[in-house]
Amino acid sequence: METPAAPATFKVNVPASSAPRNGVADTLIDIHNLDFFYGAKQALFDVNLKLDDKRVTAFIGPSGCGKSTLLRCLNRMNDLIDGTSVKRGSIKIRNVDIYGKNVDAIELRKRVGMVFQKSNPFPKSIYENITYGLRIQGQTNKARLDEVVEKSLRGAALWDEVKDRLHESGLGLSGGQQQRLCIARTIAVEPEVILMDEPCSALDPIATAKVEELIHELKKQFTIIIVTHSMQQAARCSDKTAFFYMGKLIEYADTRTIFMNPSNPQTEAYVSGRFG
Amino acid sequence: MSDPVVNPFAHKASRGRTLEKLTFWVFRLATYLVLFCGLFVFGDIILKGSGTVLNAFKTTDTFPYVTNTFLFEAPESLYVFTHNGKKLEMGDKEFRAYREAAESQAKAQGKPAPKFATESYVYSAGGIWPCIVGTVLLVVGSMTIALFLGVSSAIYLNEYAKDGPVVRFIRLAILNLAGVPSIVFGLFGLGMFVLFFNWNVSLIAGWFTLAFMVLPVVITASEEALKAVPKGFREGSLALGATKWQTIRSNVLPYALPGILTSSILGIARVAGETAPIMFTAAYVVRDKLPWDVEKVGDFFFQGVMALPYHIYVVSSKIPQNDYTERVQYGTAFVFLGIVALIAMTSIVLRNKLRSRYKW
Repeated sequence: METPAAPATFKVNVPASSAPRNGVADTLIDIHNLDFFYGAKQALFDVNLKLDDKRVTAFIGPSGCGKSTLLRCLNRMNDLIDGTSVKRGSIKIRNVDIYGKNVDAIELRKRVGMVFQKSNPFPKSIYENITYGLRIQGQTNKARLDEVVEKSLRGAALWDEVKDRLHESGLGLSGGQQQRLCIARTIAVEPEVILMDEPCSALDPIATAKVEELIHELKKQFTIIIVTHSMQQAARCSDKTAFFYMGKLIEYADTRTIFMNPSNPQTEAYVSGRFG
Repeated sequence: MSDPVVNPFAHKASRGRTLEKLTFWVFRLATYLVLFCGLFVFGDIILKGSGTVLNAFKTTDTFPYVTNTFLFEAPESLYVFTHNGKKLEMGDKEFRAYREAAESQAKAQGKPAPKFATESYVYSAGGIWPCIVGTVLLVVGSMTIALFLGVSSAIYLNEYAKDGPVVRFIRLAILNLAGVPSIVFGLFGLGMFVLFFNWNVSLIAGWFTLAFMVLPVVITASEEALKAVPKGFREGSLALGATKWQTIRSNVLPYALPGILTSSILGIARVAGETAPIMFTAAYVVRDKLPWDVEKVGDFFFQGVMALPYHIYVVSSKIPQNDYTERVQYGTAFVFLGIVALIAMTSIVLRNKLRSRYKW
C-alpha cells in the first residue's frame, strides 16, 4: 500500500471505561454472509458480524466503505432507495431474519430506531417532536404523552434545558440540542436498538461530549450501533469496534484491541492515521 | 513643482464601454415598455370600467338600503327614448313600468296613449350578477377537482412511483399537456363530457374541462413543492415506524402546502379567465335563472351558467357595438379583474399564514 511520506501517526487514547464489561454479552444482531447491492453496484461483500445486546458497537472506516450502508440495512432504511437489494445472506435480530417474508419494515423500525447525521427535528414544537412516534401509533392519552415527553427528554439529558419551552419549535434549539432532541424522539418509542449515523459530525466539541455522555447512559437500556468518522469517538464510547474497508469487514474486536493491538495491518494503518 | 499625477483609473472610451451602455439601455427600455403596456391596459380598464360600477349604486327601501344594479342584477336590454322632451335611458323592466305608468296616466286624463320611439340595445342595461356567480362556481369547482387530482398524482409520482421510463414518460406527457391550447381542451370537454357522458352544457362538464386544463400546472408545481421538503423529515418519520402515508400526511404535505397553493393561485387566474374551454361546455349567453333556482339538488350540477369571460366575449363581439355596450364591456372587465385579484389575494394570505406556521 502506498503511504504518504512521513505519516503523522498518533495514538488514540482508550479510556479504561471502554474495557469489556464483566460478563459475556448476548448476541442481539447476527449478520451472516451479507452481500448488498445498489442496483448493479455491490456495496457490501460477505459481511459476518455479531452485535452484542446492551453494548455500544462502533463502525469505523473511510468514506464509502459501506459502514453507513450496513447501518441502514439494520432498520431497512435502504428499502427507500430504488434498486437496492440484499442478494445473499441474512440479518437476524433475536433470531428473526429481518429481510424475511413475514417481516414488516414499519414494525421493524419501531424496534430499531435511528438518529441521523444531520439533526432533523420536525418543524413542530418540541412536544410534538417527541410525541410524533407515539401519535402515529395511535396514542392519544394526554397524561401518557406528557409522561413520555418528560421521560424521553430526561433520558436525552435535555429536560432541564427545554422544560419551559416544550411548545416552541424544535428548530429554535442549538445544533447539539437538536441532535439530542432527535435522540429523545427516538427513545420515546422505546426501541431495542438505536442506530446512530455519524450523530456528532455536525456538532462542536462541547455538544459532541454531551452526546457521548448520553451514549454511555443509553447503553444501559439500549443496544447502540454508531457509525463514526472520529476514531477518538469510537475509542471513547464503544465497547466493540468494526473496521470496514471497500465494502468488506476487515476486523471486528473489542475497541481496546482494535486501537491498541489490531491484528490486521490495514486496521493498524487506519487507526494510526496513515490513511483514510 | 512635480509632474501632475496621472490618474490610471480615468475613463477611457472603448467599444466595450459603448456596448455596455447600449445593452443597459436596451434592457431598461424593454422593462419600461412592459411596465407601460401593463399600466396602460389596467389603467384603461379601471378608468372606463369603474364608472359603470360606481354609477350603478342605488338606494332601496329594504335592508341594506343600498345596492349596485351592475353587480347584483341580471343583464337586460337597454331602452333609449325621448319623452316629454327628456332623453331617457332605462332597463327593460324599468321601461315597461314607466310606459305603463305613462299610459294609465294618459288614460285617466282622457288623452291618447303616448307613443314611445325607442332604440334598444341588448345586454346594455342591468348587471352581471349571474356571470359573477357562474365564474365563482366554475373556479371553486374546477380548482377543487384539479387540486385533488393534481396533488394526488404529484404525491404518487414523487413519493410512491419508482423512477423509471414509465414515470418519465408520464411526466413528459403531463408537461406536454400544459402546452395544449385551451380551445383544444374545450373541444375535448365537448366530446368527452358534454356528448359522450351526456352531461350536456353544464357546470360539471365545465368543471372537469377546466380542471384538466390546469392539472399540468398543479401537478408540476405540487411535485416541486414536495421535492422542496427536506429528505430528513421523511427519513426521520419513517425511522420512527410511521407508514409512508402517515409520513406524507403529517410530515411532508403540510410543509409542501404553501408551494402547492402558490401554483393554484396561477391556476385560479387561468381557470377564471379562460373563455375557450367553457364556451362549448358550461357557458350560456344568457340565462334568467340563477344557479340555485333548481328543483332537485342534482340538477345543480347539470345546468349551464353565465360566466364573466364569456360575457365579455359576447358583449364585445356578438352584438352591435356602440357607446352603451362599451360601458358593459369595460364594466365587466373591471369587475372580472377585481374578482381574480380578490381570489388570488385570499390564496396569498392563506399561503403566507401557512408559511409562517411551517418554517424550517
